[in-house]
Amino acid sequence: MTVIYILWLREVKRYSRSRPQIIASLAQPLLYLLALGFGLGPTFEKAGNGSYLQFMAPGVIGMGILFTSIFSGIGLLFDRQFGFLKETLVAPVPRMQIMIGRTLGGATIAFIQGTMVLIATLIAGFRPQHLAMIPLAIVFMALIAIVFGALGTTIGSTLKDMQGFQLIMNFVVMPIFFLSGALFPLSNLPIGLAAATRLDPLSYGIDGLRASFIGLSHFGVATDLMVLTGVAVVFLSLGARAFSRIQI
Amino acid sequence: MIQVRELVKTFGDFTAVDGISFEVAAGEIFAFLGPNGAGKTTTIQMLTTLLRPTKGAIALDGLDPATHPLEARKRFGIVFQDPSLDGELTAYENMEIHGVLYHVPRKTRIERIERLMTLFELWDRRDTLVKQFSGGMKRRLEIARGFLHTPKILFLDEPTLGLDPQSRNQLWTHVKHLNETEGVTVFLTTHYMDEADRVAKRIAIIDHGKIVAQGTSQELKSQTGADSLEHAFLALTGSTIRDERADAGADQMRQFAKMWRR
Repeated sequence: MTVIYILWLREVKRYSRSRPQIIASLAQPLLYLLALGFGLGPTFEKAGNGSYLQFMAPGVIGMGILFTSIFSGIGLLFDRQFGFLKETLVAPVPRMQIMIGRTLGGATIAFIQGTMVLIATLIAGFRPQHLAMIPLAIVFMALIAIVFGALGTTIGSTLKDMQGFQLIMNFVVMPIFFLSGALFPLSNLPIGLAAATRLDPLSYGIDGLRASFIGLSHFGVATDLMVLTGVAVVFLSLGARAFSRIQI
Repeated sequence: MIQVRELVKTFGDFTAVDGISFEVAAGEIFAFLGPNGAGKTTTIQMLTTLLRPTKGAIALDGLDPATHPLEARKRFGIVFQDPSLDGELTAYENMEIHGVLYHVPRKTRIERIERLMTLFELWDRRDTLVKQFSGGMKRRLEIARGFLHTPKILFLDEPTLGLDPQSRNQLWTHVKHLNETEGVTVFLTTHYMDEADRVAKRIAIIDHGKIVAQGTSQELKSQTGADSLEHAFLALTGSTIRDERADAGADQMRQFAKMWRR
């Protein structure tokens, strides 16, 4: 337990010490929120879908969590480059514990980052419908953080150097974000796109957030919870497997 | 304590370690010497579960690191050749993580961290982020950290690289002390022949992935008719300068550059 705790603590300490990173990773969701939220807002409203800011705020919160959790997993690459990874790999503790500590650390950071985006959306004018549903929103934020923290660890364990990073960004992270329905409603989509959104785990996270914040759900909260939990288990096992196979 | 038989490691068509065999007895200090790129670090990486051998057998205290990695890891400690600290944490935090990872009980951990950091003159800088340390200080911290727990086998991969003579002296005194009082088996590599001569009971010399000679310092000298270990080493390995393997080299160069930049 102390091993998991100390590695979790390490991630949190590193995060709290890198202010530029915190600000930088807040900037992107905010840019989406402000530019698209206010830019597309009038069109969205005319189409009869209500306030776009209300609609996309949960999406932007999910985005903040997605990016932070995947990147903290990819932080493994830096540990590899700067050598600290070796120090943990030769330690007499099951690699499973190392992986769990790191992933939970990353998920915690992502959760905090998501909370900061939430606060920013509140300042921008976002108003959650029912305060009683906030605990459920917190559950969804945590689930998104764990799912993608584990995915990040899996990717970070598999990549050997930073060259693969751009590839991951363009072929994994951005598609996960754009296909999740963070920016558009999931109803009445062309069949190909509808299928893609159903395969994207983030869709269920955003849907769950939207259900808890503004009472609007496409899949239903029960489905969202089940899918996310299932995917979390799968990604955590994949991550544990990939991590235990790392060679220097 | 360490048995290695016909060990081979290939990377693509490059053979880094080419069928080496040796044994290190319990409580022995064993030096593994060789020019750059001879296969020393690769061998250590296989011994310490970081790389899986292509062929051959390893037994650490009777355990195969490839099939029982966790049990094997409980037996050894290691000071790496290249940096393995977390620069974003303080010196103390780096020590603390190591102590927790190696299950050093809290009380002992706190005592030992202070003692070792004082010994290597880092105690006053314990709350400084490691990225602000000089190369020599980082090196001292890695060594202090390596001594935080007492393993059965201690691997030291070029531990004195970048150390001043004072710290070097501290290091070897400490290693000898551990060896004599706790019976720790030591497996070390170094480019400083005088160090190997001073501390090692037996020496193996590796070149191009093969062991070219093995024995006590005295035996190696008389075998080559040299008057010092350095001359014996040159006689055995020739005087051409070696390059490290390119891909690992690039990575190491980066780290090397980082290590020496203030």
